Amino acid sequence: MKISLGPIHYYWSKENVEQFYRSVEHWPVDIVYLGETVCAKRRALRNADWLDIAARLAGAGKSVVISTLALLEANSDLLQLEKICANAHYMVEANDMSAVHLLAGRSPFVVGPHINCYNSETLSLLAGLGATRWVPPVELPATTIAMLQNTRPEAMETEVFAYGHLPLSFSARCFTARADNVGKDECEQRCIGDPEGRALFTQEHERLFTINGIQLQSGIPCNLFNEMVPMSAMGIDIVRISPQFTATELVVRAFHAVLNGDYTSPEKGMPAVFCNGYWYGEAGMKCLSAEDD
Amino acid sequence: MNDHKPELICPAGGLPALKAAVDNGADAVYVGFRDDTNARNFPGLNFGPDDTARGIEYAHRAGKKILLALNTYPQVHNWSVWTTAVDRAVELGIDAVIMADPGLLRYAASHHPGLRLHLSVQASATTYKALEFYHQRFGIRRAVLPRVLSLQQLWHTIANSPVEIEVFGYGSLCVMVEGRCALSSYITGRSPNASGVCSPAESVRWEETALGRESRLNGVLIDRHGLNEAAGYPTLCKGRYCTGTQPYYAVEEPTSLNILDILPDLFRHGIAAVKVEGRQRSPAYVASVARVLREALDTCASDPERYLVRSQWTAVLDRLSEGQTHTLGAYHRPWH
Repeated sequence: MKISLGPIHYYWSKENVEQFYRSVEHWPVDIVYLGETVCAKRRALRNADWLDIAARLAGAGKSVVISTLALLEANSDLLQLEKICANAHYMVEANDMSAVHLLAGRSPFVVGPHINCYNSETLSLLAGLGATRWVPPVELPATTIAMLQNTRPEAMETEVFAYGHLPLSFSARCFTARADNVGKDECEQRCIGDPEGRALFTQEHERLFTINGIQLQSGIPCNLFNEMVPMSAMGIDIVRISPQFTATELVVRAFHAVLNGDYTSPEKGMPAVFCNGYWYGEAGMKCLSAEDD
Repeated sequence: MNDHKPELICPAGGLPALKAAVDNGADAVYVGFRDDTNARNFPGLNFGPDDTARGIEYAHRAGKKILLALNTYPQVHNWSVWTTAVDRAVELGIDAVIMADPGLLRYAASHHPGLRLHLSVQASATTYKALEFYHQRFGIRRAVLPRVLSLQQLWHTIANSPVEIEVFGYGSLCVMVEGRCALSSYITGRSPNASGVCSPAESVRWEETALGRESRLNGVLIDRHGLNEAAGYPTLCKGRYCTGTQPYYAVEEPTSLNILDILPDLFRHGIAAVKVEGRQRSPAYVASVARVLREALDTCASDPERYLVRSQWTAVLDRLSEGQTHTLGAYHRPWH
């Protein structure tokens, strides 16, 4: 299996993004997804900046994919999408059906986790339009993914969201602005102050969700580190690691070590509290193991 | 001025509600089968084959239509349940099916080319490019838009759309993009996309404690109400949570969407239909909402320039609303 680094879900400064990807050049990841997928108002990096990063990563031997916005609203969002889909150098990860429409029949593309692909018929339809890789929706259980593996179209790669805060929902409303009691139009991109999102707790102090602008994520990270053997047996091609502001390199190296048969320090870099319930067909927030079956 | 009057689309979770909708001014009624093929898969709700046939007959006799929601996402192990439902819809003489899954849309378009297809809000199509996709590939005739676009964005989408546009006009408000929300399955294992439910009733527990009346979803504390506070159904996005010390409605207050204020604008821009949420609600709810919206639509159609929202309309609708208040939701910028 290969390792991919998903798009950064949070809003980081240009310097932080550039510094992060300069490090990534030296990490054992095969595929890197770039670009803004959450909020069109986050414009610290322009297209040219992303393309500079892409060129450096490609030069370092990484396969680069540009990811598109999951929720498009304004016409300016569509114009930006058209630019991305028309780029001549990099494959595109489509995260909504506008992107699929623009890419269909023109160039091979990746079906992102925000496209609702739940069955073989939809997967084969997308393959017919040019999809060569797909990331199942995060809520799909291993049993369903396994069934889809049995009927997946030829040359279709499967990439599983294996590590990070799960992107669970999108809204027109900005929950970061709401938490600070200001309107979205007055947000001043305040989410740049939350490089790992903002924790949302129940009244019993249980960390339930993570606020990331218009997106809500899981409160704790999903971690399928212990599922790599069954994943490999199912023919999963790629495991996706979703970048966090800190410790992402440790996670990448831990996955890489195990994929290369090195089990000497498997816990290094892994969080003590995590969830994997979706994989077992249970509530996503649960943490289970194969012995629980 | 566009002289076309939008259709009024009302919900029905059973035959009495369907009749109430037809009798009180709905142009079409949308229903679901009694299984997980639709996004209101609640115990005791929805239509078996006999009810559906009777409902269609009742509506057709009154010159009204029946639409069938098949708007969840089938998976490998239950795919045939959805295709059988499409076939059954055709046999029964349903006027249109409302669907979201691309594979299922392809099935319907290829096996039943005469069947009228509407794109469900669960398909999360928010741009005219996305609508072009479903129109070109499957020949959809109408799309229901997610409740996320502002009015300017809505007008632009309508102006460029290859198909008719239907919008939500009244009812409980999904604050998330429909079809893009896994919050419910994160807590309970069941989601609107895969199971047709959000915050399912079997996961809800109420507890009276020294701190107040607590509502829990699969053990997670959604909200805590004082003695004098009204406690609504614990839909997870309408709970009170904390980023700091004070709990607040971090996602959305209990409130309902109500578009009466912008009806003339919707007419002017050529909205094809206005939809009422609430297949899980009572026949009395359906009757009251249908009556108010029928009157509002007719009033607006007869003289849009002088149209004014009547206070009794608002009073009736607010009484039926979550939290007894209403909002224009995403249509109104400050809501964002």
